Amino acid sequence: MSASRYDLRVYPGFRAITILCLVILYAPLLVVTIYSFNASPSITNWEGVSLRWYADVFTGPESGKFKLAARNSFVIAIIAASVATCIATLSATAILRAGKYKLRMLSFGLISLPLMVPEIVTAVATLIFFNAIGFDRGLLTILLAHIAFCIPFAYLPIAARMQGIEATYEQAAMDLYATRRQAFTRILLPLMAPGIVSGFLLAFIVSLDDFIITNFVKGAGIETLPTAIFGAVKQGIKPNIMAISTMLLGVSVVMVTLSWLISRKDKTK
Amino acid sequence: MAGGAATGGSSTSDTYAEARTWLLLPAWVTLGILVLAPVTMMLIYSFLTKEFRGGVIWEFSLSAYDQFFFDRGLFGDDPPRIEWTYIQIFWRSIWQAGAATLLSLVIGFPTAYFIATRAPAQRTFWLFLVTIPYWVNLLIRTVSMKFLLRDQGPLNEALLGIGIISEPLSIVNTNVAVQLGLFYSYLPFMVLPIYAAVERYNFTLSEAAADLYASRWTVLRRILLPSVKPGIIAGCILVFVPSMGSFLAPDLLGGAKNFMIGSLIEEQFKGNAGNWPFGAAASMILLTLVLIILLIFARQQSKAES
Amino acid sequence: MKKLMTTTAAALALTAGMAAAEGKLVVYHWFEYIPQEVLDKFREQHDVEVVMDTYDSNEALLASLKAGAIGTYDVAVPGDYMVQIMAGEGLLDTIKDGELANKGNILPQWADPSFDPGRAHSIPYQWGSTSFAVNRDVFDGDINTTDILFNPPADLSGKINMLDSQGEVMAMAALHMGIPQCSTDRDQLKALNDMLQEAKVHWASFNSDTAKEVLVSGDAAVGQIYDGFAAKAREEGANTEYAFPTQGYIVWMDNVVLLKDAPNRDNALKFMDFLLEPENIAAVTNYARYVSGVDGVAPFLDPALATQPESNPPATAGEGVFIQVCDQATQEVYDQIWTNLKK
Repeated sequence: MSASRYDLRVYPGFRAITILCLVILYAPLLVVTIYSFNASPSITNWEGVSLRWYADVFTGPESGKFKLAARNSFVIAIIAASVATCIATLSATAILRAGKYKLRMLSFGLISLPLMVPEIVTAVATLIFFNAIGFDRGLLTILLAHIAFCIPFAYLPIAARMQGIEATYEQAAMDLYATRRQAFTRILLPLMAPGIVSGFLLAFIVSLDDFIITNFVKGAGIETLPTAIFGAVKQGIKPNIMAISTMLLGVSVVMVTLSWLISRKDKTK
Repeated sequence: MAGGAATGGSSTSDTYAEARTWLLLPAWVTLGILVLAPVTMMLIYSFLTKEFRGGVIWEFSLSAYDQFFFDRGLFGDDPPRIEWTYIQIFWRSIWQAGAATLLSLVIGFPTAYFIATRAPAQRTFWLFLVTIPYWVNLLIRTVSMKFLLRDQGPLNEALLGIGIISEPLSIVNTNVAVQLGLFYSYLPFMVLPIYAAVERYNFTLSEAAADLYASRWTVLRRILLPSVKPGIIAGCILVFVPSMGSFLAPDLLGGAKNFMIGSLIEEQFKGNAGNWPFGAAASMILLTLVLIILLIFARQQSKAES
Repeated sequence: MKKLMTTTAAALALTAGMAAAEGKLVVYHWFEYIPQEVLDKFREQHDVEVVMDTYDSNEALLASLKAGAIGTYDVAVPGDYMVQIMAGEGLLDTIKDGELANKGNILPQWADPSFDPGRAHSIPYQWGSTSFAVNRDVFDGDINTTDILFNPPADLSGKINMLDSQGEVMAMAALHMGIPQCSTDRDQLKALNDMLQEAKVHWASFNSDTAKEVLVSGDAAVGQIYDGFAAKAREEGANTEYAFPTQGYIVWMDNVVLLKDAPNRDNALKFMDFLLEPENIAAVTNYARYVSGVDGVAPFLDPALATQPESNPPATAGEGVFIQVCDQATQEVYDQIWTNLKK
């Protein structure tokens, strides 16, 4: 009914709260950005504009380490989030669209387990476990551990989405002689897209930010950004970490702007 | 059932019943080996004798649970009384995590709704906008947050400047700071699942209700919220549960004068104490507690549904 | 997806397969505690590839080694009390007589420390002190007393940051009360428990990660802190002074230890010898801003280090003491006191 007295989709105040939400999210990052240009080695006393910390990131004694750490972090986060999202999507289908059966609730419990156990416990236990089965620690052990604890973060948004999709769509398709596989890939998956994107993004930031588990399961000589940063903080928080963070932000902002421009272009077509 | 809370039984179909073994296999293999096995090991550890300075001796012992529930004085030889210390720590954590979850919901729901009602092509952009801050390390974000909130920090100066307050607010090193820290650590975990659910919401339902003279807010309460409940529940779980075990942000912002569950357990594995069985026992109690909370939640929900 | 997997697998393989040198040395170290030039120099001199892994606390080092990481590393750099604990746990290998050519370079006062008699497992790396710094804009009275932390004047109450570390807080409290660090006297322990409960009222926070930042920003007027951090806080513009209490202060020393089952034991010994050469260890000192335990470093040191007030205790300063390692029964009481403090 377009003749409604008001636009039903709009709730007064929601826009304001969204803006507040973004302000809360970005205000600390503004501090990070500003202090990355600080001439002083302090992160709280402003002494004028300087690019020394950016120079430090590229040419300083630790530059190689940070570069490698950043690469490790991103490679691991992308793979771990992708694999976790795949596993989560399959599991959600099995739990929500495959009837009622004994293992169903148990499976859900298993999937949420990494959420419920404090990270330090998983960390110590996983390290002992890897050692017990004689698994050498390295990038692979980090990756495996990340996949495991990313699964619930991918699963919950995906499952929440799947519950909003009526089973009738796929049934209709199958009534029209679509195979089960086709119903899944052609009907269910496209409808699931926003849930899958949400799940992937959450898994990605969880992996990218993990310190405790990574610190225990990483092999000698392998750093990720969080382990490098936590380690560096031991000698005092220096603005070079702020510079690294700002550059990370810069890269991500460029990527987002690109994605926005592309989506705009699609729309105008 | 615990599962019901997040998966809501009502929409279950059996379309893929035949394939369910294959669909579940990857999750069982990955989590069975990488999570279930280590957690089972920790369960066993919680019933073993502690080795001084970390590690366990393979002898059955209940002393970890005894330490949790009974107070035997400073020197361990008083007659046992009920130990409130750890119960207090657990209660504090539940309370703080609950407050943080509520705060995330109040801010997160409108944000998720707002994003879901943007033009389809723009939604991914908004999602990125919400998650990008989390590309920056938690420690750095939290330290900056602390800088903003400090007594002479920008927030207080701004509020003083426009005359809302006449004395600087002392936020850092208080419970409020702990809650803000948790809220800030997990905000997108509330927004994204709700977004995924609202995006699917059928607005003709709202229109139908409005045609029956339901007010905007009645529509929100009676129609929109119930139909996106799975998303809200998923979001609450994703904020509440990790908040219970988290310690970095609350410690940095809250001053760490009082243990949270996370720091208590961390201390058993990494601190001077080095009491692995006790750390394991506290984790198992936490696990049980979270399961019970989810169960109560789920039971009430299924009652409400039927 | 498949394509993504193969590309990333290639990336992983690339990272893993670094250039191979003649020998290898696996160092377990604090982050940013050794300059890259020193590692490069060692690699060139001995044609040994150096692999570094890092940890963030002595306790994390111990937990990781005990959880099974022993046997993958050659050397680590634990603090004084941790050397003793690790030796007690059987995690250290013994350096036999004559295996270190430069052992004679160790300064006499560090050649036979209480935590490692006869330097059987370790060599000195860097040392310094832990005390506290006071903001002179807030308080201008006498600061060389532990009362500042545990029984502060009204000006400082509620503005104190303590290190979030049981060892450092308890050792300082023992100095304040004039009792042994590992007391077994029940009255002393009860008094310690009560004293800490009262002192806590005056404390704003426990924080180690930002111990320096809270002083520089002025959020804390007093901060328990390491000497090197106090110097940095001062250099960053805080009007702070580092105290050397008459009751005494904590001395710490990090040491390079030879780990048990070291896969490259010979290279580990070469590395230790290398770090006992004055020029090399002086480069570490110039980088980390602490003090080495090796004779003859003076000509290689940054002159500013010699006059740094944080490294030069006044005549009134009490004795510097190491954190002591208590036996199990005693430690359990201290753990209980710590839990009481933070419950």
